[in-house]
Amino acid sequence: MYQLSYLKASSLAQAGQWLAAHPEAKLLAGGMTLIPTLKQRLAQPSHLVDIGNLAELRAIRRDRATLVVGAAARHAEVASSGVVREAIPALAALANQIGDPAVRNMGTIGGSVANNDPAADYPAAVLGLNATVVTTTREIAADDFFQGMFTTALAEGEIVTAFKFPVPKRAHYAKFPHPASGYAMTGVLVVDTGAGVRVAVTGAGAGVFRWQAAEESLQASFSVASFKALQHSADGLNEDMHADARYRANLINVMTKRAVAAITGESLL
Amino acid sequence: MSNLNRVTLTLNGKTVSHDVEDRTLLVDFIRDHAGFTGTHVGCDTSQCGCCTIHMDGRAIKSCSLLAIQAQGATLTTIEGLAKQTATGLELHPMQQAFSDCHGLQCGFCTPGMIMAAVDLVKHCPNPSREEIIHGLEGNLCRCTGYVNIIKAIDQGAKVMRGAV
Repeated sequence: MYQLSYLKASSLAQAGQWLAAHPEAKLLAGGMTLIPTLKQRLAQPSHLVDIGNLAELRAIRRDRATLVVGAAARHAEVASSGVVREAIPALAALANQIGDPAVRNMGTIGGSVANNDPAADYPAAVLGLNATVVTTTREIAADDFFQGMFTTALAEGEIVTAFKFPVPKRAHYAKFPHPASGYAMTGVLVVDTGAGVRVAVTGAGAGVFRWQAAEESLQASFSVASFKALQHSADGLNEDMHADARYRANLINVMTKRAVAAITGESLL
Repeated sequence: MSNLNRVTLTLNGKTVSHDVEDRTLLVDFIRDHAGFTGTHVGCDTSQCGCCTIHMDGRAIKSCSLLAIQAQGATLTTIEGLAKQTATGLELHPMQQAFSDCHGLQCGFCTPGMIMAAVDLVKHCPNPSREEIIHGLEGNLCRCTGYVNIIKAIDQGAKVMRGAV
């Protein structure tokens, strides 16, 4: 790791001031992506501004039809939170599939979403559940937030503080994890909001995206059977040593069907 | 530029204090500065789990944290699990179970396995086989094929919850 200076922020305001004062500084929350990246010398920030333990970022609460999750909530906290399990069990289940137990004890939802790794799980939750990303300066709709590989609508110095998840009628996340890394080779969150259907796909493309054809089809008939004529295109999907684009296109179909079947109780056979 | 800062924390019940660079990893603090070499480094990519310890009661990978992030924290490593009794050192039930069930071969991954297992059982006192496997996803063993490790954790969990 290159030399750097560590700064532990005691408030969001202080973190903002430090970010402004040090243009090469980076925010540190759980560090589950950042520290390994630094160890490999793939980044060279001058300072790390630690916001991982700010109490103002840790709260998880329900406000009628909205679940609010603080940006520094740990994956393990989201997975085990009674409030989350009651409001959106699919979100708790998704959080429990990220990385491994030690990673879930440190990693934060804000860090995962701000990093927008194309194979991360949380972006699918934020996009699929049509969440609002709350930052130090504004509120951003999920559909406007994610802008492709490791790219988001966040401006310099803007800090994610919380997520507002509208509580859906029903939802399920089906994930095909890479057996070694645990990242999603493809993960699909299917959400029946009560007013419509949203299907968010992670791990398959350059960033999380919605599969609109499946949404329309499921809106017409929320069933595995409605997939008979559907096949996601392989165009533009990720290709690597683990899976080519056609394989991932098929995974999108299979994971979407599994998610729907888990919701409806249909058999996949 | 080599800015040293004092990191003070509680390690296995004792206060430990050292001047380290901000970039010093917690695992290096534990091994090189505090001298507790039971916590191992098996990879450089945060995947193997050999460096798993407990920080403020939760399992974490000490290779993926800066020492200064643990400022003021309470840490337990594999060396802190056994109990000192009048007749000598008494192994933690999970350590004893790994020994009894032959839950290791070369032993390199074992400290991390045991720390992960103790944390798992603390939050899930009666884990199913699937829960044990899910709980071990962050710990790699290249010798055993995991069969006896799973058996050991099942056995250790029974003793920890007083079922035997």
